[in-house]
Amino acid sequence: MEAFLHQIFAGIATGGIYASVALALVMIYQSTHHINFAQGEMAMFSTFIAWWLIQVGMPYWVAFFLTIGISFVGGLVIQRTILKPVEKAPVLTNVIVFIGLLVIFNSVAGWVFDHTIKPFPTPFPKGSFIESKYFSAHEIGTIVVMLCVLAVLFSFLRFTPVGLAMRAAAQNPESARLVGIRVSWMLGIGWGLAAAIGAVAGMMIAPIVFLEPNMFSGILLYGFAAALLGGIDNPWGAVIGGFIVGVLENILGAYVIGTELKLSVALVLIVVTLTLKPNGLFGKAVVTRV
Amino acid sequence: MPDLLEVKGLTASYGATQVLFDIDFRLAQGEITAILGANGAGKTTTLRAICQAVKTGGSVLFDGQQLVGKSTESVVRLGVAQVPDGRGTFTALSVEDNLKLGAYVRKDRAGIAQDIEKAYTRFPRLKERRNQQAGTLSGGEQQMLAISRALMLRPRLLLLDEPSFGLAPLIVAEIFRIMRRINEEEKVSMLLVEQNANIALDVAHHAYLLETGRIAVSGPSAQIKNDETIRRVYLGY
Amino acid sequence: MNSSKRTWILVGGLLLLVGLVVLPFLVKNFRVFQLNMVMVYAIAILGLNILTGYNGQISLGHGAFYAIGAYVAAMLMAYGGWPFWLTLPVAALVCFVFGYLMGFPALRLGGHYLALATFALALAIPQLLKYKAIEGWTGGVMGIVLNKPEPPFEFSMFGQPLSQDRWLYFVILATLLLMFLIAWRLLRGRVGRALIAIRDHPIAAAAMGINLPVFKSLTFGVSAAFTGVAGALGAVTVAFVSPDSFTVFLSITLLVGVVVGGLATIHGAIFGALFIQFVPHWAEDISKSAPWAIYGVFLILLMYLMPTGAAGLIDRVLARFKGSAPAANPSGPSASAAAPASTHPVGGKL
Repeated sequence: MEAFLHQIFAGIATGGIYASVALALVMIYQSTHHINFAQGEMAMFSTFIAWWLIQVGMPYWVAFFLTIGISFVGGLVIQRTILKPVEKAPVLTNVIVFIGLLVIFNSVAGWVFDHTIKPFPTPFPKGSFIESKYFSAHEIGTIVVMLCVLAVLFSFLRFTPVGLAMRAAAQNPESARLVGIRVSWMLGIGWGLAAAIGAVAGMMIAPIVFLEPNMFSGILLYGFAAALLGGIDNPWGAVIGGFIVGVLENILGAYVIGTELKLSVALVLIVVTLTLKPNGLFGKAVVTRV
Repeated sequence: MPDLLEVKGLTASYGATQVLFDIDFRLAQGEITAILGANGAGKTTTLRAICQAVKTGGSVLFDGQQLVGKSTESVVRLGVAQVPDGRGTFTALSVEDNLKLGAYVRKDRAGIAQDIEKAYTRFPRLKERRNQQAGTLSGGEQQMLAISRALMLRPRLLLLDEPSFGLAPLIVAEIFRIMRRINEEEKVSMLLVEQNANIALDVAHHAYLLETGRIAVSGPSAQIKNDETIRRVYLGY
Repeated sequence: MNSSKRTWILVGGLLLLVGLVVLPFLVKNFRVFQLNMVMVYAIAILGLNILTGYNGQISLGHGAFYAIGAYVAAMLMAYGGWPFWLTLPVAALVCFVFGYLMGFPALRLGGHYLALATFALALAIPQLLKYKAIEGWTGGVMGIVLNKPEPPFEFSMFGQPLSQDRWLYFVILATLLLMFLIAWRLLRGRVGRALIAIRDHPIAAAAMGINLPVFKSLTFGVSAAFTGVAGALGAVTVAFVSPDSFTVFLSITLLVGVVVGGLATIHGAIFGALFIQFVPHWAEDISKSAPWAIYGVFLILLMYLMPTGAAGLIDRVLARFKGSAPAANPSGPSASAAAPASTHPVGGKL
């Protein structure tokens, strides 16, 4: 029983990570109606920047917030420069651009920071007061940080005029322009926010999986699955989806199918869920009038 | 008083296809002007051209300011609100959110709240559905919502694109009644594009007839309405 | 079409054919191998284009069908001693069935959800192939090694003999022409229009009597069959199958090929295949340390310059020459290719 509980808790801990990646994906989706396949690589790059800042002597939390700021600006700039030319192009064209970005970030990271695996510090080291029997300090810290990010994001989208404008711009850019919303800038802010969230996710994940250019490949997929499972337009859904995916992965890996196939089986289960609930567990089915 | 809207030599194109050829018309302050014509004449394009949502040439002076070359958002910020064809509501957002978005460029919170209440008084059915997803409203209700949203801007000029489209005659009559009242009481100038010439001529002061991208006839609406030849040749009734 | 135009097309076609026949003897064996892979990819990309370009169902998992086709061919050849050309129809059939089955959950999923589901499929395949329980059949991690077929007769031109690769070239070329012809017949007529109708406005299509579930599943099946045949051919060309040859990356690469070549076009498949085969090599020539960064830059620049793909660009250029406006873009409002059913009430003029 103890072992089973432990698997669940470990799943919740990794779930926190998937949830943060899912959040970033939902963020971009809510503001642009696109899924950013380059999300993982951008987060990885941000984490490398944080690492470098710490290497040159900056204290952790200063580097943390500075990286968030840099990532926000970076995401905004990428949207305004690289994505602007294909803003009006069909979805698949955008998908290819995302793939291009993915590949560029991965390659440049390897080139600039090299491929050796680097340790990344955690602000919640072993032995801090928040440790408990089932969770390491870092795991608890990750979940708390992620919930804070979620709260901020949710309030922003729900309660601020800019948040509402962003959602409107994503759903119906033409009408959004007709009420005076600068749609292009909304897209930019969406990307900036997503990049910032991704940076947070990266900085929380790196202490566990260690920092190297390919750290995100598996995680991005789980984040993607979590976002869809929770409903691609729902930040809360993303978080819950993340936890579900984390627990599922661990339980399946330990008890059902072994680590070899746990990825496939987890995904198959998710696909089955989606077949039964096509908008995700908590997604809003948008009613269509014909 | 100078005209609120003065359009000279307006051209518009979709890609390589030119759709409007050298259009001239004006709209006086406080008036309702109708643009009529058959399907495909270029009426919607004219409204889009004013809002700079399509490639435009020529001159569009709004209260003395040149609109050609500006972005749609800037045109809106100058006080031009559009009720687009197809309603253009944010279907996944609530009715109230739609209204709030109409006032996006305004900063006066109290005034905005007041205007939302006014919209609900004018269209009680919207109030009933204030938290409902806009996409679930009927066609008539969505039209009411679209008009209310545009009015939330407190616009000086209201552009309406085929407000009667797809609506039952009773609803159309109600909406046009309310539109006339808004024009008279709040002095909102309106540019109305309509296929339903009859009801448009009832409410408008002036009218222009578009035929394949050019103005064929213009004049006070009473004159056009009473001219049988024009009615039969251009308006089909 | 007047008769002089017809003559020109005939002459051009003949010249092209002669060129294609002579080509493998003008270049080194390795190049022939690369050309073979280009043709193989072209068939695979054509398959994916039928599903994603014409019918709007996004698949991030076509590598799975490629793998299935490859393994079917490999197993039949290695364990059953079948001649490779006989494995092609079997691969097509097996993949058709799998694709058709995949079509059912796909009916309920649209856009991103379908992308994820197919992505999951693509991920599952290499893992399944490595699974210990079926190692006896699949050869496990080590895979299956094949013998390239020998050419049936002696031949030589320009001093180059008819090698295994050159013989394969002709077989693949013949298969390619056949598959393209099949696709062309299918997509030109009612079937093609139905596919596009389903992609652009599913509700209207259904209202006009098109049986959506059947059509969409059949499309999945046919698309999978095409890519499966490509996989079988690919297996013979490389003379080797292993789980790690068919990673998710393959699926992504095929999708890149479709978009770069041109959505909803048949001839685009060739350009797409050329791109995915050769551009990574060029990228490496330009930068040894970050070749994929160059590849990524290429991809992005291509999307800026040719959002309708190479085929779209060429069609536009040709139309300019002819002096007429290009026909309505068959890829239409492809925004709907990946978005869930439109959420805007149908308004305006129809």
